[in-house]
Amino acid sequence: MSRPEIRVSGLHKSFGDNHVLRGVDLEIGRGEVVCVIGPSGSGKSTLLRCVNLLEEPTRGRVFVGGVELTDPDVDIDAVRRRIGMVFQQFNLFPHLTVAENLTLPQRRVLKRGKAEAAKVAAENLERVGLAEKADAYPSSLSGGQQQRVAIARALAMDPEVMLFDEPTSALDPELVGDVLAVMRMLADEGMTMMVVTHEMGFAREVADRVVFMDGGVIVEDGSPEQVIGAPRHERTRHFLSRLLDPAAAEVGEKTSDRVGTSG
Amino acid sequence: MADTEKPPLRPEGLQPRKKGLTRRQKQRLSRGVQYAVFVAAVAAFAVAADWGRLRNQFAQADIAERMFPDVITLALKNTVLYTVTGFTVGLVLGMVIALMRLSSVGPYRWLAGIYIEIFRGLPALLIFIFIGVAVPLAFPGTEIVGGTYGQVALALGLVAAAYMAETIRAGIQAVPRGQMEAARSLGFSPARAMVSVIIPQAFRIILPPLTNELVLLFKDSSLVLFLGVTLEERELSKFGRDLASQTANSTPILVAGLCYLLITIPLGLVVRRMEAKAQEAVK
Ligand SMILES: Nc1ncnc2c1ncn2[C@@H]1O[C@H](COP(=O)(O)OP(=O)(O)OP(=O)(O)O)[C@@H](O)[C@H]1O
Ligand SMILES: [Mg+2]
Repeated sequence: MSRPEIRVSGLHKSFGDNHVLRGVDLEIGRGEVVCVIGPSGSGKSTLLRCVNLLEEPTRGRVFVGGVELTDPDVDIDAVRRRIGMVFQQFNLFPHLTVAENLTLPQRRVLKRGKAEAAKVAAENLERVGLAEKADAYPSSLSGGQQQRVAIARALAMDPEVMLFDEPTSALDPELVGDVLAVMRMLADEGMTMMVVTHEMGFAREVADRVVFMDGGVIVEDGSPEQVIGAPRHERTRHFLSRLLDPAAAEVGEKTSDRVGTSG
Repeated sequence: MADTEKPPLRPEGLQPRKKGLTRRQKQRLSRGVQYAVFVAAVAAFAVAADWGRLRNQFAQADIAERMFPDVITLALKNTVLYTVTGFTVGLVLGMVIALMRLSSVGPYRWLAGIYIEIFRGLPALLIFIFIGVAVPLAFPGTEIVGGTYGQVALALGLVAAAYMAETIRAGIQAVPRGQMEAARSLGFSPARAMVSVIIPQAFRIILPPLTNELVLLFKDSSLVLFLGVTLEERELSKFGRDLASQTANSTPILVAGLCYLLITIPLGLVVRRMEAKAQEAVK
């Protein structure tokens, strides 16, 4: 690994008294795909949102592509252009058509001309297999289609890094596959990706590394075969067993499963 | 209830009543009484009213005829003009105040809050008098651009801005937080995200209450009456009143009133249509 594309060091984040991240160190190399797993409330989303500074870290430093985001003097809008983010709830702009969702950020943020923005939008809709939906409004699309549009919207900005926060958790099971296929394509193309997910199949097959978080720290970090196949820590084992067999959990047990409020 | 059945074990109060009126009978009786009162009131009015006199006072065809076309080309036109300019001033000012109210800078928030409290608490009439009388007295030599038209636009705008600011603020806050986050993650600055993403959505949410505000302003524009306007600047209320005192007859008031309804009723229907649509979209 040469210079890491994403570097997080000594990251702490508190919401009031709630100390959510308690010292996270993480490096992700260029072209690497890292899946972040862990129980609800362990701080996965918060970590991801700290990487593009949607949340302001309480302490610690974040670098993306060699630029320090936590530097108070950095032009945060300029750095964010290089970091695409995909949300659990899609967050498409409902008042715009699919094509406009892709062209508006290009034109307003990157100052691309009308023709160029339209061309890039069309290319990216093609990539996610939704070229024919260009003139539709997001509300008329299925969840899976909306999420693919959201990915295309992020890609249209030519990001160097993509962040995914549980991109398939809000989808009906039969729609998950289409979105994962697009993400797999991106991984194959060499995109640097940080993916919070509960899709163990995806993590096992696509990820270069899997990171297990619990209680605001990284408990285990290694290859998918190691972390998922042969976890070293009891907490990882417990989490994975609950994930594979949710029915085994007992009432009142401190849950380590995927169900719960997600942020 | 079948009487043959063994009564279930219930406390006394919950037993079906055997005596007196049933609920349905009571409802029927109550409705019958209401209709009877209504019919009696209409009949009493029809008998007691002096129809000839009323017709003479309110529906003299020749007086009504004399009002045209001025009531439309002058009075209604001015009413619309006052309303639209006032609404525009109110919208711009209201937007500024709403954004101040949402600002992270404390003094902006307080200032906006004070403005809203003051101008929502004062009668619109007082603000008209303030603009028409107090301002020229306090700052002699200053002139509000546009003469009466400018004064009315300002007075109506000041009143409307306080209400609209609250409406716009509510609209902005009703846009899901994820929209701002998505825009920021794409590299939008906060201001640009507000303009390109949040405000367009907020306006779709608040279109019905804003249209309602337009209806209210339409009626409030009648307060121009108190500004001392020239003949050409008269709007519906002043026009109607002047003619009513000239002719010593109330027909002009009726005609002016109908002209207001000509605008307000369709606007009201539009608002209700929009609200119904919004309701459907939520489902
Ligand atoms: N904006 C916020 N304000 C206050 N508390 C927050 C905020 N965002 C997250 N938290 C808290 O931080 C903790 C970690 O939340 P986070 O969303 O990072 O967990 P997560 O690992 O992503 O969980 P999930 O799998 O449910 O999405 C939770 O206790 C949550 O209540
Ligand atoms: Mg989360």
